[in-house]
Amino acid sequence: MTETFRGAARLLVVDDNKVNRLLLSRSLESMGHRVAMAENGRVALATLRQDGYDLVLLDIEMPEMDGFQVLEQIRGDLQLRDVPVLVTSSVEGLDNVVRCIELGAEDYLPKPVNAVLLKARVGACLEKKRLRDQQKELVRRFAAPEVAQDLQSSGFALGGKRVQGSVLFSDIRGFTSLAETQPPEETIELLNTYYTLMFDAIGGHGGIVSQIAGDGLMAIFGAPLPLPHHCDAAVRTALEMIELIRLFDAEQAAAGKPAIRIGIGIASGDMVAGYTGTNERATYTCIGDTVNLASRLEQHTKEAGRAILIDAATRAGVRAAVAVEALGAVTVRGKAQAVDVFAVVSEV
Amino acid sequence: MSSPSIDRATFAELEQTTGPDFAVELVDTFLAEAPAMLADLRRALAAGDADAFRRTAHSLKSNGNTFGASTFAALARGLELGGMAPVQTAAGKPLDALDAEYARVASALTELTRD
Repeated sequence: MTETFRGAARLLVVDDNKVNRLLLSRSLESMGHRVAMAENGRVALATLRQDGYDLVLLDIEMPEMDGFQVLEQIRGDLQLRDVPVLVTSSVEGLDNVVRCIELGAEDYLPKPVNAVLLKARVGACLEKKRLRDQQKELVRRFAAPEVAQDLQSSGFALGGKRVQGSVLFSDIRGFTSLAETQPPEETIELLNTYYTLMFDAIGGHGGIVSQIAGDGLMAIFGAPLPLPHHCDAAVRTALEMIELIRLFDAEQAAAGKPAIRIGIGIASGDMVAGYTGTNERATYTCIGDTVNLASRLEQHTKEAGRAILIDAATRAGVRAAVAVEALGAVTVRGKAQAVDVFAVVSEV
Repeated sequence: MSSPSIDRATFAELEQTTGPDFAVELVDTFLAEAPAMLADLRRALAAGDADAFRRTAHSLKSNGNTFGASTFAALARGLELGGMAPVQTAAGKPLDALDAEYARVASALTELTRD
């Protein structure tokens, strides 16, 4: 089997000339694809915005809106920019071909289009699109939508920028012993439910999940996009997480399954947000003292016997009506100097 | 008639790739669309619309190439790349030549698809 792309793809043929439109559509249909047609650039863009397409075959010389303008519009549109475009035209001059490629076209096929060449180019474009879709799906599944969006609009680059925000760490108490008392399948299921609930709480308050590891997670409020009341958002998220766990535990108890407890640490301030890792494998995350402190506070919840601990900066930044109890200066692990720690008791 | 209006090899290849029935449909479409396009050329010339003139000539060239109408395509290409000025200088003669060649192409295509 030489064809790498499996199954019918949805193709859009854009050409103002009816003979060209019919001929190209026929060739593509005979390859097993589903083809729609548009007679100029304006109609093509409207069609593309309405339905999803896997590939566009675009003519250049057209009334109302020509192919160059269509390429520009597609490139400037976050929703459309991933749709590959093959230019099929009898426009002459190498500069025109170069311009198409510069504007983001995958390739240029001179008209009349050679059937064998067409099949090869369409196959290659669709395969590339399939891989890109797969990659996007992976990014979507493992990164927060905001990060995926940021990645798409500003591209990927290692390195970071300084931001003001809040960091939240959470962890399931006694997870290891819990995991030992039940079959792994049940632990996975429990983790999945747990993460679904936690992601929901975090996303609902404008935060993003930066990392998950085992039963722990790290969430950021204030990056990649600034969040005006990041302290409030983080504290409210923590309270909601606790409430969701309470509801979850009630369900667990009803099913005769073990309950879980979580500990949450929040710290706020300066941090560096960006992609860390290598070009092949990188994570969007935050680093800095603030992040370390949040992690230490989370660990300290065990000793303090409290569910939510926050630092002084978060305490000062909270405008929401929450009951907070000062625990005084505490020496947390990894910190030479004692830091003021506060326990969030409940919403008032 | 110095040269055949339709290159048989090109036309046969078209029939082979699309299937003879579809080739007939394509020819019918061309014969239905081309007269309006030829009229568009004259209209663009009269209105001094260089863009429309170039675009229409381009479209006719492209169709000519598809059917193997080499002379017709070459004439249309001359108009596309040369623009309106030479046509105006020659008092519209190049358009008359294109119309005449179209008449030859149309009858040849009709004959070819009637078999």
